[in-house]
Amino acid sequence: MAKTSEVLLSPIFKDNPIALQVLGICSALAVTSKLYPTLIMCIALTATITLSNFFISLIRNIVPSNIRIIVQMTIISSLVIIVDQLLKAYDYETSKTLSVFVGLIITNCIVMGRAEAYAMQNGPYMSMVDGFGNGLGYSVILIIVGSIRELIGSGQLLGVQILPLVSEGGWYVSNNFFLLPPSSFLIIGLFIWFLRSWKTEQVEPAEFKMSKNAPKEVKADHA
Amino acid sequence: MQNKDSIKNTLFIGIGLCLICAAVISVIAVGLKELQKSNAILDQQKKIVAAADLKGFYGTTESAFDSIEEKIIDIEEGLITDISTEKYDLSKELKDPSRYVALSSIEDIATIKKRENFSKVFLEYREDQLNTVILPVRGYGLWGILYGYLAISSDLNTIIGLEFYQHKETPGLGAEVDNPKWKALWRGKKIYDENGEILIKVVKGKVDNNSDMSTYEVDGLSGATLTSNGVSNLLAYWLGDSGFKKFLNNLKQENING
Repeated sequence: MAKTSEVLLSPIFKDNPIALQVLGICSALAVTSKLYPTLIMCIALTATITLSNFFISLIRNIVPSNIRIIVQMTIISSLVIIVDQLLKAYDYETSKTLSVFVGLIITNCIVMGRAEAYAMQNGPYMSMVDGFGNGLGYSVILIIVGSIRELIGSGQLLGVQILPLVSEGGWYVSNNFFLLPPSSFLIIGLFIWFLRSWKTEQVEPAEFKMSKNAPKEVKADHA
Repeated sequence: MQNKDSIKNTLFIGIGLCLICAAVISVIAVGLKELQKSNAILDQQKKIVAAADLKGFYGTTESAFDSIEEKIIDIEEGLITDISTEKYDLSKELKDPSRYVALSSIEDIATIKKRENFSKVFLEYREDQLNTVILPVRGYGLWGILYGYLAISSDLNTIIGLEFYQHKETPGLGAEVDNPKWKALWRGKKIYDENGEILIKVVKGKVDNNSDMSTYEVDGLSGATLTSNGVSNLLAYWLGDSGFKKFLNNLKQENING
């Protein structure tokens, strides 16, 4: 069996759920325009995936295989509802900003993916570690994206003005593009590029080879 | 062990799991309900007090809110009714066809489709003199309806503040309606001219301070023209004849007579 630290740490860079498995992109786009809601989202997702992996692994041996997906969904959605309720009770302001995206953790492919790929085959403890590790892997990317977007988009980090804006007498012209979801594509893309230049084993073999550009043969003219 | 794929086991696991999950969720939802409710109420109160800028005078949000009177008014008549405010809920009002007016597209400049017949307004008195009127306003921005409160001072023509408590505008662009710097621009702006014409609006770009109109204009949100227009429209609607204009005029009469 794999070592605990290996299971915990490999999803962060070696087998990152967003950068390598390309899962859970939608929420990475939607909630990262400011760092604080991003952090809350990371905590919510990590808690959900850790606990869902634990409970699913706990009952993996008695779950009939024909309804296993429904069972996983039921457990995941129950946990997400609980997280959402807790957020509404203890951090109302943020729950309003995150609005539907906490609920959408239910459909986050990372959570389902780990349940099906890992928790159904491994013990509760290791599954929890795996869930937590994948939660961290998701969080690393979200925090990077969130920091970059908030800094470039509004010159702030966690609501504290870092770069003084021109509109408030400073020198920094904020880049509004970074406040819009598509900017995350750019940042995640650059991150994947960076990651794969560093860990070259992540580079996938090309699906097809470009043929060489051969000089066209000149057809004989019907003279 | 019994075959886990048997129908019996499938039913047992399926039903059992649903029951457990349902029980856990219900316990948590009911347990947290009070806290969530008070959060939502406190959030509203905060916005109302912030719109009217009363925190400085009363010290805390709670004590400021305690000194505000809630009244249900009949928008058509423009008069305060004696309906209890306790059970008033806007979303319920908008479900009962006898309690709202469906707006035609010409009237409906704020794109809200329905206008309630009864509205909950907030009045703050100091030494028996009306000091602030806080009106609920709403209208369509870019992505959805913005819900907010508009506070008007006792002359019933000067804005104290405009605060939105719910909207879906783009963060950093339209969502800058929550920016304190932008909200501060509303203070002291006038709504109507001498003839009762609504002139208040959000302009595109910066307000020209030398122009005669500058007391009626607020800077636009850069990059959020549709949200800015939405705010102009919702004010034009709610301060107009189909909105609170009658109520404000009645209050004005009362102020003069009383």
